[in-house]
Amino acid sequence: MPEKKVIDARGSFCPGPLMELIGWIKLANIGDELEVLSTDKGSAADIPEWIRKVGHELIGVTEDAGVWHVTVKKTK
Amino acid sequence: MASSKISIIVVTGSHERLQMAAMVASVGAVSGNEVSVFLSMNSLQYFLKGSDRPAPAEGSFGTLMAGKNVPPFRLLFEQAVDLGGAKLFPCSMAMDVMNIDADALAPWLGEPLGLTRFLADAQDGQVYTF
Repeated sequence: MPEKKVIDARGSFCPGPLMELIGWIKLANIGDELEVLSTDKGSAADIPEWIRKVGHELIGVTEDAGVWHVTVKKTK
Repeated sequence: MASSKISIIVVTGSHERLQMAAMVASVGAVSGNEVSVFLSMNSLQYFLKGSDRPAPAEGSFGTLMAGKNVPPFRLLFEQAVDLGGAKLFPCSMAMDVMNIDADALAPWLGEPLGLTRFLADAQDGQVYTF
Protein backbone atom coordinates (compact mmCIF):
# COMPACT_ATOMS: atom_id res chain seq x y z
CA MET A 1 0.00 0.00 0.00
CA PRO A 2 1.40 3.42 -0.94
CA GLU A 3 1.91 5.63 2.07
CA LYS A 4 1.80 9.37 2.62
CA LYS A 5 4.54 11.00 4.64
CA VAL A 6 4.33 14.56 5.95
CA ILE A 7 7.68 16.34 6.36
CA ASP A 8 7.54 19.37 8.60
CA ALA A 9 10.28 21.74 7.38
CA ARG A 10 8.62 24.91 8.64
CA GLY A 11 11.10 27.52 9.81
CA SER A 12 13.97 26.22 7.70
CA PHE A 13 15.43 28.21 4.83
CA CYS A 14 16.47 27.11 1.34
CA PRO A 15 17.73 24.50 0.61
CA GLY A 16 16.79 22.94 3.99
CA PRO A 17 13.24 21.85 3.03
CA LEU A 18 14.48 20.37 -0.28
CA MET A 19 17.23 18.42 1.47
CA GLU A 20 14.78 17.08 4.06
CA LEU A 21 12.46 15.95 1.26
CA ILE A 22 15.28 14.20 -0.59
CA GLY A 23 16.40 12.40 2.56
CA TRP A 24 12.87 11.01 2.98
CA ILE A 25 12.36 10.25 -0.73
CA LYS A 26 15.39 7.96 -0.58
CA LEU A 27 13.69 5.97 2.17
CA ALA A 28 10.24 5.92 0.51
CA ASN A 29 8.86 3.26 -1.84
CA ILE A 30 7.82 3.93 -5.42
CA GLY A 31 4.23 5.17 -5.39
CA ASP A 32 4.48 6.77 -1.95
CA GLU A 33 3.48 10.41 -1.58
CA LEU A 34 5.45 12.93 0.42
CA GLU A 35 4.14 16.31 1.53
CA VAL A 36 6.63 18.99 2.58
CA LEU A 37 5.47 21.84 4.82
CA SER A 38 7.59 24.94 4.33
CA THR A 39 7.41 28.56 5.39
CA ASP A 40 10.18 29.44 2.93
CA LYS A 41 8.63 30.93 -0.20
CA GLY A 42 11.72 30.21 -2.31
CA SER A 43 11.51 26.53 -1.47
CA ALA A 44 7.88 26.42 -2.63
CA ALA A 45 9.12 27.32 -6.12
CA ASP A 46 12.42 25.45 -5.96
CA ILE A 47 11.14 22.07 -4.80
CA PRO A 48 8.76 21.64 -7.81
CA GLU A 49 11.71 22.61 -10.03
CA TRP A 50 13.76 19.80 -8.51
CA ILE A 51 10.86 17.35 -8.89
CA ARG A 52 10.64 18.18 -12.61
CA LYS A 53 14.38 17.94 -13.04
CA VAL A 54 14.74 14.48 -11.52
CA GLY A 55 11.43 13.15 -12.87
CA HIS A 56 9.16 12.48 -9.90
CA GLU A 57 5.49 13.49 -10.07
CA LEU A 58 4.36 16.81 -8.63
CA ILE A 59 0.93 16.29 -7.11
CA GLY A 60 0.35 19.88 -6.05
CA VAL A 61 1.47 23.08 -4.36
CA THR A 62 -0.90 24.91 -2.04
CA GLU A 63 -0.50 27.74 0.44
CA ASP A 64 -2.38 28.08 3.68
CA ALA A 65 -1.70 30.82 6.25
CA GLY A 66 1.91 31.29 5.22
CA VAL A 67 2.69 27.57 4.99
CA TRP A 68 3.33 25.98 1.62
CA HIS A 69 2.38 22.35 1.10
CA VAL A 70 4.31 20.70 -1.72
CA THR A 71 3.21 17.15 -2.48
CA VAL A 72 5.23 14.75 -4.61
CA LYS A 73 4.80 11.12 -5.64
CA LYS A 74 7.95 9.03 -5.87
CA THR A 75 7.93 7.49 -9.35
CA LYS A 76 11.30 5.79 -9.59
CA MET B 1 18.16 13.34 -16.85
CA ALA B 2 20.91 15.55 -18.24
CA SER B 3 23.92 15.46 -16.01
CA SER B 4 26.92 17.70 -16.02
CA LYS B 5 30.12 18.10 -14.09
CA ILE B 6 30.31 20.81 -11.43
CA SER B 7 33.67 21.54 -9.84
CA ILE B 8 33.78 23.90 -6.87
CA ILE B 9 36.95 25.46 -5.48
CA VAL B 10 36.49 26.83 -1.95
CA VAL B 11 39.15 29.12 -0.49
CA THR B 12 37.04 31.38 1.70
CA GLY B 13 36.62 31.46 5.45
CA SER B 14 33.51 33.66 5.40
CA HIS B 15 30.09 32.36 6.35
CA GLU B 16 28.29 33.72 3.30
CA ARG B 17 30.68 32.19 0.78
CA LEU B 18 30.91 28.85 2.59
CA GLN B 19 27.09 28.83 2.69
CA MET B 20 26.74 29.57 -1.03
CA ALA B 21 29.38 26.97 -1.93
CA ALA B 22 27.51 24.40 0.21
CA MET B 23 24.20 25.32 -1.46
CA VAL B 24 25.64 24.90 -4.96
CA ALA B 25 27.28 21.62 -3.96
CA SER B 26 24.19 20.13 -2.32
CA VAL B 27 21.54 21.26 -4.78
CA GLY B 28 23.86 20.48 -7.71
CA ALA B 29 24.57 16.98 -6.40
CA VAL B 30 20.96 16.03 -5.68
CA SER B 31 19.93 17.28 -9.14
CA GLY B 32 22.00 14.64 -10.87
CA ASN B 33 25.26 16.50 -11.45
CA GLU B 34 28.70 15.07 -10.75
CA VAL B 35 29.95 17.43 -8.03
CA SER B 36 33.56 17.71 -6.83
CA VAL B 37 34.64 20.22 -4.19
CA PHE B 38 38.23 21.26 -3.55
CA LEU B 39 38.75 22.68 -0.04
CA SER B 40 41.79 24.88 0.37
CA MET B 41 43.21 27.99 2.06
CA ASN B 42 40.85 29.52 4.66
CA SER B 43 38.10 26.94 4.19
CA LEU B 44 39.90 23.81 5.36
CA GLN B 45 39.94 24.79 9.06
CA TYR B 46 36.15 24.35 9.15
CA PHE B 47 36.42 20.71 8.10
CA LEU B 48 38.57 19.42 10.94
CA LYS B 49 37.13 16.30 12.58
CA GLY B 50 34.32 17.23 14.98
CA SER B 51 34.58 20.92 14.21
CA ASP B 52 31.51 23.03 14.83
CA ARG B 53 33.44 26.26 14.60
CA PRO B 54 31.26 29.09 13.28
CA ALA B 55 32.54 31.01 10.28
CA PRO B 56 32.54 34.80 10.69
CA ALA B 57 30.12 36.93 8.67
CA GLU B 58 31.65 38.87 5.81
CA GLY B 59 28.86 41.41 5.52
CA SER B 60 25.41 42.35 6.76
CA PHE B 61 23.78 39.31 5.15
CA GLY B 62 25.99 36.98 7.17
CA THR B 63 24.94 38.76 10.36
CA LEU B 64 21.29 38.51 9.33
CA MET B 65 21.70 34.81 8.52
CA ALA B 66 23.16 34.05 11.93
CA GLY B 67 19.83 34.69 13.64
CA LYS B 68 17.80 32.52 11.24
CA ASN B 69 17.25 28.82 10.86
CA VAL B 70 19.53 28.53 7.83
CA PRO B 71 20.87 24.99 7.25
CA PRO B 72 24.48 24.85 8.54
CA PHE B 73 26.99 24.80 5.67
CA ARG B 74 28.75 21.70 7.03
CA LEU B 75 25.44 19.82 7.06
CA LEU B 76 24.72 20.86 3.46
CA PHE B 77 28.15 19.65 2.33
CA GLU B 78 27.59 16.37 4.15
CA GLN B 79 24.16 16.02 2.51
CA ALA B 80 25.79 16.71 -0.86
CA VAL B 81 27.96 13.64 -0.17
CA ASP B 82 25.28 11.40 1.39
CA LEU B 83 22.29 12.26 -0.78
CA GLY B 84 23.96 13.31 -4.03
CA GLY B 85 27.24 11.41 -4.16
CA ALA B 86 29.36 14.59 -4.20
CA LYS B 87 33.04 14.28 -3.41
CA LEU B 88 34.87 16.76 -1.18
CA PHE B 89 38.63 16.79 -1.45
CA PRO B 90 40.94 18.47 1.05
CA CYS B 91 43.80 20.26 -0.71
CA SER B 92 47.07 18.49 0.01
CA MET B 93 48.99 21.77 -0.06
CA ALA B 94 46.70 23.31 2.60
CA MET B 95 47.14 20.20 4.74
CA ASP B 96 50.93 20.51 4.48
CA VAL B 97 50.83 24.17 5.49
CA MET B 98 48.47 23.42 8.40
CA ASN B 99 50.64 20.43 9.29
CA ILE B 100 47.71 18.02 9.56
CA ASP B 101 47.07 14.58 8.09
CA ALA B 102 43.84 13.01 6.81
CA ASP B 103 42.97 11.64 10.27
CA ALA B 104 42.46 15.19 11.51
CA LEU B 105 39.71 15.87 8.96
CA ALA B 106 35.99 15.06 8.93
CA PRO B 107 35.56 11.39 7.93
CA TRP B 108 33.09 12.23 5.14
CA LEU B 109 35.77 14.02 3.15
CA GLY B 110 37.55 12.16 0.37
CA GLU B 111 41.25 11.52 -0.02
CA PRO B 112 43.59 14.54 -0.09
CA LEU B 113 44.13 15.79 -3.59
CA GLY B 114 46.61 18.04 -5.36
CA LEU B 115 45.51 20.85 -7.62
CA THR B 116 46.92 19.20 -10.75
CA ARG B 117 44.66 16.20 -10.33
CA PHE B 118 41.62 18.28 -9.37
CA LEU B 119 42.01 20.49 -12.45
CA ALA B 120 42.51 17.47 -14.70
CA ASP B 121 39.28 15.97 -13.33
CA ALA B 122 37.48 19.31 -13.72
CA GLN B 123 38.16 19.44 -17.45
CA ASP B 124 35.06 19.88 -19.62
CA GLY B 125 32.92 20.94 -16.68
CA GLN B 126 31.86 24.15 -15.01
CA VAL B 127 34.18 25.47 -12.30
CA TYR B 128 32.83 27.68 -9.52
CA THR B 129 35.11 29.44 -7.06
CA PHE B 130 34.10 30.71 -3.64
